[in-house]
Amino acid sequence: MRVMAETAARYAHARPRASRFLRHEALTGYAMISPALFLLAVLLAYPFVLAVYISLTDRVLGEPGSFVWIRNFVKLLQDPLFRQTVWNSFVYTVSTVFLKLSLGLILALLLNQEFPCRNLVRGALLLPWIVPTSLSVLTWLWMFDSLFSVVNYLLLALGLISRKIPWLGDPFWAMISVIIVNTWRGLPFFAASLLAGLMTIPRELYEAAQSDGAKPLACFWFVTLPLLRPVIAVVVLFSTIWTFADFQIVYILTHGGPVNATQIFATMAYDVALVAGRIGEGSAISLFLFPALLVVIIGLLHYLRRE
Amino acid sequence: MRRRVHRGLKRILGLYLPLAAFLFFALFPFYWMTISAFKANRELYNLQAKRLWIEQPTLEQFRELFRKTAALRWLWNSFVVSALAAFISLTLGVMAGYALARLRFPGAEAFGLATFITYLVPTTLLFIPLASVVQRLGLSNTIWSMVATYPTFLVPFCTWMLIAYFKSIPRDMEECAMIDGCSRAGALVRIVLPVAIPGIVFSGMFSFTLSWNEFVYALTFVSATTQKTMSVAVPTELIRGDAYFWGELMAASLVGSVPVALLYSFFMDYFVSGLTAGALKG
Repeated sequence: MRVMAETAARYAHARPRASRFLRHEALTGYAMISPALFLLAVLLAYPFVLAVYISLTDRVLGEPGSFVWIRNFVKLLQDPLFRQTVWNSFVYTVSTVFLKLSLGLILALLLNQEFPCRNLVRGALLLPWIVPTSLSVLTWLWMFDSLFSVVNYLLLALGLISRKIPWLGDPFWAMISVIIVNTWRGLPFFAASLLAGLMTIPRELYEAAQSDGAKPLACFWFVTLPLLRPVIAVVVLFSTIWTFADFQIVYILTHGGPVNATQIFATMAYDVALVAGRIGEGSAISLFLFPALLVVIIGLLHYLRRE
Repeated sequence: MRRRVHRGLKRILGLYLPLAAFLFFALFPFYWMTISAFKANRELYNLQAKRLWIEQPTLEQFRELFRKTAALRWLWNSFVVSALAAFISLTLGVMAGYALARLRFPGAEAFGLATFITYLVPTTLLFIPLASVVQRLGLSNTIWSMVATYPTFLVPFCTWMLIAYFKSIPRDMEECAMIDGCSRAGALVRIVLPVAIPGIVFSGMFSFTLSWNEFVYALTFVSATTQKTMSVAVPTELIRGDAYFWGELMAASLVGSVPVALLYSFFMDYFVSGLTAGALKG
């Protein structure tokens, strides 16, 4: 009886204290996230609303413009140049993500083996991803130079080609060039992420498969790939949105040319809004990146929730 | 004996040869950047000279670069912008990351999700309206436009990385400290932060690198020569019209790349472990 009374008294005393503690915790929580929340509201959420608003006006540089509803979007969809930009963006994204994934998988499998100086090699292979892209792409611009191209020099010396390739001067080769450079820059991210995924696969699984008589290829197909699937999905989704919205590789290497053969969303938006000064229309082009972003977000949430 | 030869051959063809090809692909541009920077113009544009080697190494291009252009100023701008943006983002990221990893409050999950989503927002989606926001804040054409806007992609990154690190620290550790009379702030500073140092160093270094390399915002918000950072100044200031001074451009690219490459080599272990942790957690 006495014990019960004591317990009841203790609880009666403790409950408001616990809720006060929880309320205090919530207040601390809000206080701690508020600076980040404020920053993201002012410099991310508000600009996004502004982007939608501007894209619905015919604003040009120096004049606020008036509301034109969706005329910018309608005009763009009828514009052959914009249609080519959409096509180019898809070609650029699909081919580089495919190349980065397949080469990245091979590289990760190589790096997962034992060999001397392994850490040094792993570190060196990450360099293209660490160094400022605008500066390394300048080097590629110099390597693709029409007269002094060292790439052509090497390919000719090795006997792989018999005539110089017009890397940046020809619509087809210009697209190949930006694809090569994007693959070069993004490959380390794929290899490092996939390597991290490979290292989490327990060795016993391979031993079990081998003792069941599985050949190396079967091991890869039935053990490695299924277990690597979540990492592959995350990496591909990340890379898809980055590549789709890419700017600097194309801007520096070809500036969208020749004759718009490599024009992609971001470079066209920049040209229309900041070079030609048609801010409303440029903003509308940028917003075409939003559906792609949405698809990637939904895909990622789907995968993260399942894990 | 024959089997050993066979195994060695398999290792060369299946491991060393493809690895060498990947290394060549990854590193040749840096080799080309470096040897071009140490050549004089007459050697650089001489097709009869040895292409893949330097016959007469010279510092001529670097001398020209620092004498004729504001390269030192650009380097300094890059450094100030990156250090400040990284510091601001790390501070906000530690606070938000700790709150999301440890404290229970309504809306925490929604905010965590929001930071993850904002981390994915590409800079090219918002650069046009942001230019007008930056202008209204009176920051256009100064390095402060970059200090203010870079945290928009760095804070989500730091928060997301640090949530994972904070969650891996046992809750008991700080609860013990708090029972012993430590305040929550005290527990954060004395117990949690020291344990989370690898995560904090990695997030800070990576934020610094991302700021140093940023291009789209810097190109859009700044056009004054003295306010540019290295990554934008080199392609916009050193290419005059249609004239490309390749020696000088490569010297400048080397100067702009070496700081992050050095930073990276000193902290490579942090980078590799942080990168793999980040990749796994998405």
